[in-house]
Amino acid sequence: MLLTETFWLALKNIWSNKMRTFLTMLGIIIGVTAVIVIVGLGNGITKSVEESFAAMGTDILQLTVWGRGTSRNISVDGVYRIVDENSDLLKGVSPNIYFSGNVRVGTTTFRYTSVYGVNEEFLSMRNYKIAEGRGIQYMDIVDHKQVCVIGDYLAREGFGGDAVGKTIKIGAYKFRIVGVLAPKVESADLQMGGDDDRIYLPYSTAMRLSSTSTVNDYIVTMTNDQYVSQAKAALENSLYNVFQDDSVYYVYSMGEMLDVKNATISMAITVLAVIAGISLVVGGIGIMNIMLVSVTERTREIGIRKALGARESVIMLQFVMEAATTSAMGGVFGILLGYGISSVATSVLPSIIDMTVKVSPTMSSVVVAFGISVGIGVLFGYLPALRAARLNPIEALRYD
Amino acid sequence: MSALIEFEQVCKFYQMGDTVVKAADHISMKIEKGEFVAIVGQSGSGKSTCMNIIGCLDVPTEGTYRLNGRDVGKMSRNELAAVRNEMLGFIFQQYDLLPRLNLLENVEVPLIYAGVPRSQRHARAKAVLEQVGLGDKLKNKPNQLSGGQQQRVSIARALVRGPSVILADEPTGALDSHTGREVLKMLQQLNEQGHTVVLITHDNSIAAMARRIIRLEDGKIVYDGDPAAPEATRIRPAGKGGEAECS
Repeated sequence: MLLTETFWLALKNIWSNKMRTFLTMLGIIIGVTAVIVIVGLGNGITKSVEESFAAMGTDILQLTVWGRGTSRNISVDGVYRIVDENSDLLKGVSPNIYFSGNVRVGTTTFRYTSVYGVNEEFLSMRNYKIAEGRGIQYMDIVDHKQVCVIGDYLAREGFGGDAVGKTIKIGAYKFRIVGVLAPKVESADLQMGGDDDRIYLPYSTAMRLSSTSTVNDYIVTMTNDQYVSQAKAALENSLYNVFQDDSVYYVYSMGEMLDVKNATISMAITVLAVIAGISLVVGGIGIMNIMLVSVTERTREIGIRKALGARESVIMLQFVMEAATTSAMGGVFGILLGYGISSVATSVLPSIIDMTVKVSPTMSSVVVAFGISVGIGVLFGYLPALRAARLNPIEALRYD
Repeated sequence: MSALIEFEQVCKFYQMGDTVVKAADHISMKIEKGEFVAIVGQSGSGKSTCMNIIGCLDVPTEGTYRLNGRDVGKMSRNELAAVRNEMLGFIFQQYDLLPRLNLLENVEVPLIYAGVPRSQRHARAKAVLEQVGLGDKLKNKPNQLSGGQQQRVSIARALVRGPSVILADEPTGALDSHTGREVLKMLQQLNEQGHTVVLITHDNSIAAMARRIIRLEDGKIVYDGDPAAPEATRIRPAGKGGEAECS
């Protein structure tokens, strides 16, 4: 009961010093806002990086083999064998040959479309769904057929959605479209040049038309993306056994890259959040300062209250409560402001940093920010409250 | 049965630079329940020290002070606070109401510290405010009241816990003589209703309203008795054996 009375009293005192309280709170408000926005920003960046990596696939390894000239290299079958030998960690493999050449449909050029030579397993490995027609088949590869499977964006933009059976030109060569992939990218802004703006050819065709005899690039899928480093190590070991030299191949893991990126981001965010946290402490010092002033101003009141029978703990509680209430209110305003700034930042950021980041404050950061601001109030209110509680009632009553 | 207030060789010494100030120098006295006592003296006579000790705001350096038979000198600060809340009602010269609280809330403060539930608090505070004739101003703030009215609020606040002793420190000091009389009359009435009243003042004419006068000089009792006796208003010049009159 005393607690509620004290709380009301604290509100009353805060209300009667609105301006002063607000200025005192400002430190906490700014600190809490900063923490929330920064953590939300980190959260958003991490998420957006994760999404873009997930689109590329975190369960895949990219393998590049330079070999040592044409004499000492590994055949496609050799790579297939390695994957088979490590079937506990590695699931599938496909050549992934970049094929250059202007993509044209009639007179329209698709400048941003990427073309890759792949095998018959590639589409299922990447979980691409065929919306229409068929995928790349083994016979297409054996026969070096000039067929292709195209992405949804290209099918819509180039053929009005009716692409199967039509012809598309890549560089000097014509390809028959045998299949169209289901859409993968939802946002209309990201479709051009994205995953839906792709053409997949049989890799043998791509090799023949670009006059290369070796495949340098592969993608390998893993059985479990929790074991990225083990899978990567297994692949590297097998390749080392073939070449006895670790400088002629490179295994690149999206998952590992993602981890490194996330670690960098979270480090940067932690540093920023700590700096914001410091402003919370500074805000706390502001509260302590104003509470000391308040204790001095209310010396006589404290004396009266003591004469009326207030125990030291009661006086103590009154001032701690006032400090805690002040900073808790600052915390609440800070949280609201933090959410406000987060949503503004979400809509403004893309035009500044060219990246869609949804600044999303986490519930835990809100809870922590609120808890810390209350804690700061209690902590920094403690000293002034102690001073108030320890006042000699006679001297306090004599004070003007 | 011991007296309500009992001083036994009570001393209060302060160190001021090189000299020791004897604010209370072996004071012994008894105040029984139902008395109306004025403690009189000039400034520096030790009457404020006396009041602080009676009011449990201070403890003696030597000697014992018993309030209702309990030795106050041995109490912890929390016990002293409880005694102040339970047994003492303070009335101050400057009324000392809390400016941000309305009259009802002001009078409720001692009840809050006593842990009285809200509903009972309201009823009790309202009753004493009605008793001092301010039942119609419960929601007013102290600064909306005249000095006399504010002092009546502080009387109500002093009464609200039903204390054993009402301790009034220069209650008329900030009031004009007419309002001062009214306040004193109220104290007299309270005494007639059975309350023990201890009045601290430097003013002999005010002290004369009491039924007993204790006169202090240099921390010692120089007179204790009937206010009507001529010695009651007599003062010895400090440091001399001679006698002088003081009005």
